[in-house]
Amino acid sequence: MARMKFLCDADRCIDCNACVTACKNENEVAWGINRRRVVTINDGKPGERSVSMACMHCNEPPCAAVCPVSCIFPTEEGVVLHSKDLCIGCGYCFYACPFGAPQYPRIGNFGSRGKMDKCTFCAGGGGEEQTGSIEEYKKYGANRLAQGKLPLCAEMCSTKSLLAGDGDIIAQIYKERVLKRGYGSGAWGWMTAYREEASA
Amino acid sequence: MSRNAGGMKLLMTLLARVGHGLAPFVLSTMLAALPSAAAPQTNQNQVVDPDASVVKEQTLLQQAPRIEGRIDIPDKKASVLMQPAGREWDYFHEVILHWLGAIVILGTIVLLALAYLVMGRIRMSSGRSGRKIVRFNGFERFSHWLTAVSFVLLGLTGLNITFGKLVLLPVIGPEAFSAFAQSAKYVHNFVSFSFVVGLVLIVALWIKDNIPRKVDIDWVKQGGGFIKSKHAPAGRFNAGEKLVFWFALGAGAAVIVSGYFLLFPFYLTNIAGMQIAQVVHAVVAVLFVAVILGHIYVGTLGIEGAFEAMGTGEVDLNWAKEHHDLWLEDELAKERPAALQGQPPTAPAAPAAPAE
Repeated sequence: MARMKFLCDADRCIDCNACVTACKNENEVAWGINRRRVVTINDGKPGERSVSMACMHCNEPPCAAVCPVSCIFPTEEGVVLHSKDLCIGCGYCFYACPFGAPQYPRIGNFGSRGKMDKCTFCAGGGGEEQTGSIEEYKKYGANRLAQGKLPLCAEMCSTKSLLAGDGDIIAQIYKERVLKRGYGSGAWGWMTAYREEASA
Repeated sequence: MSRNAGGMKLLMTLLARVGHGLAPFVLSTMLAALPSAAAPQTNQNQVVDPDASVVKEQTLLQQAPRIEGRIDIPDKKASVLMQPAGREWDYFHEVILHWLGAIVILGTIVLLALAYLVMGRIRMSSGRSGRKIVRFNGFERFSHWLTAVSFVLLGLTGLNITFGKLVLLPVIGPEAFSAFAQSAKYVHNFVSFSFVVGLVLIVALWIKDNIPRKVDIDWVKQGGGFIKSKHAPAGRFNAGEKLVFWFALGAGAAVIVSGYFLLFPFYLTNIAGMQIAQVVHAVVAVLFVAVILGHIYVGTLGIEGAFEAMGTGEVDLNWAKEHHDLWLEDELAKERPAALQGQPPTAPAAPAAPAE
C-alpha cells in the first residue's frame, strides 16, 4: 500500500498561496483555521525561499503519541487522522508537532480551544462518520482520497512545487527534477517527518 | 589569466566597432577596469546555481532550534515553519515523564507502606490526657482544606492527562474516557484558582512560624518525630513541617506560574516556552504529589493524634507535649495571665474557649 506524503520543492514555490486557498475552499474550514500555510524563509534577502507547509503525516507521529485521549492515529497509508468526537482540546498535539499543523477554532484561554482541526490529506476524518458522508465532510472536510483523488492543494499547485502522493513516487519525481536542473535545496521537513532525505 | 585574455579579445572586437579615433583612449580606460568588467561576461558560459545563496534546512536547524519565516496570516505562531524539538518534547512526555511519574509516585507509596510496616503508628507514649488545646483555628483549617481539596483534584486530574490513557482508557473505553478527560481538564483549569487562593492564605498565615530556627537542627539530630522513645523539641511547626511548608511554597509557585503559561497559551511565550512550561509543570507536580503523599501519611496514619489538629482544630495536651513542646509552653504561658484575671486558677484549661 502506498505511503502518502507531501513534498514541497522550495525552488519552485512562488508564495502564491493558491494551495492555502484551495485547501480552505475544498474543506470549508472554519475562519481562522489554516490547515496549510506558506512560510517564506530569508524574506527579501538573496536565497529567499518559500515553503508550503501543512501536516506532513509523519512516521511515528508525535501528535498521536502525546495525545492524552489517543484520538490521533496513522491510517494504513500513513495519513494521520483524528477523531473530533474524542478530542478534548488540550493543545498537546500542537506542542509536539514539528510543523505547527494542529489548529484550534479558538485561542484557548482557560482551555477553550475547541476540537483540534488539521490537514487530513483530503482523506476525511478519523471518527465514526461514514466515508464520503455529508457528516464526515462537515466535521473534517473532503475525502478526495476515497474518490481516488489526491489532496487539492498539490493537485492545483501552479508550479507543481507541492507534490502529494505515494512517498516513493514523489521522491523519485523530485530527484529527477534535481538531477535535470542541477540544483535543489532539498525536501524541507522530510528528515524530521520521515527520517529520510529526498535528494539526488 | 586565460579568462582575462578571452575578455580582452572580446573587448577588442567590441571596440573595433567604435570609431578608430576614440579607440586608443577608450582602450586605455577600459584596460584599467578590465578584471572586474570582464568577469561577468565570461560567467555567462558557466552553469548557474540559483541555490548558491539558499541556506539549507540542516544549516538553519544547526543555527537555531526552529526555522522561522514570514507568513501572510495573522496567526504569529504559524511563522514557525519547523520545530523538530516537538519530537524531543514527545519523548519527554511519553517516556521520561511516564517513568519518572511512575517511579516517584509508586516509589513513595511503597516507602510509606514500608514505614508503616516497620514503625507502625506512632502513638502518644503517655496516652491521652483528656485535655485539649487549640492548634489551628477555623480560618487556618479553612485555608488548609481549601488548598488540600484543590490539590487532590488538581493532582488526580493532572495525572489523568499523563497516565489516564494507560490506566483508565482501557477500562472504560474511548468515549467515556474522553468525556471524563474533558471534564477533568476543566476541573484542573478552574480549580487552579482556589489552589492559588489557598496557598496564598497558608503562606500568609504560617510563614512567621515556619522560619528556620536553631531548634530545627536539634529536631533533625534527634530523629524528628519518628523515634518513639524520644521527643524531639519543636515550636509550632517542627523541621519536617517547615520543609513541607517551604517545598509547598516553592513547588506551588512553580506549578502556578508554569500552569498559567499553559492556561493562557502563547501570550508571553513561543512554542519552546510552552514546551518548557509543560516540562516544569509536570516534573514539579510529580514531586509535589510525592511530598504531599508523605504529608498525608504523617498527618493521618503515621502519627496518632495528628489529624485532629486539622480536623477539629484541637489536639490533646500530651500530643502537643510530645510533638510541639516549645509551642505548648508558649500557648500555656499566654493562657495563664488571662486565666488569672478572669477565672479562678483551679479551673481546667477550657478546651473550646480559646478557639472562639
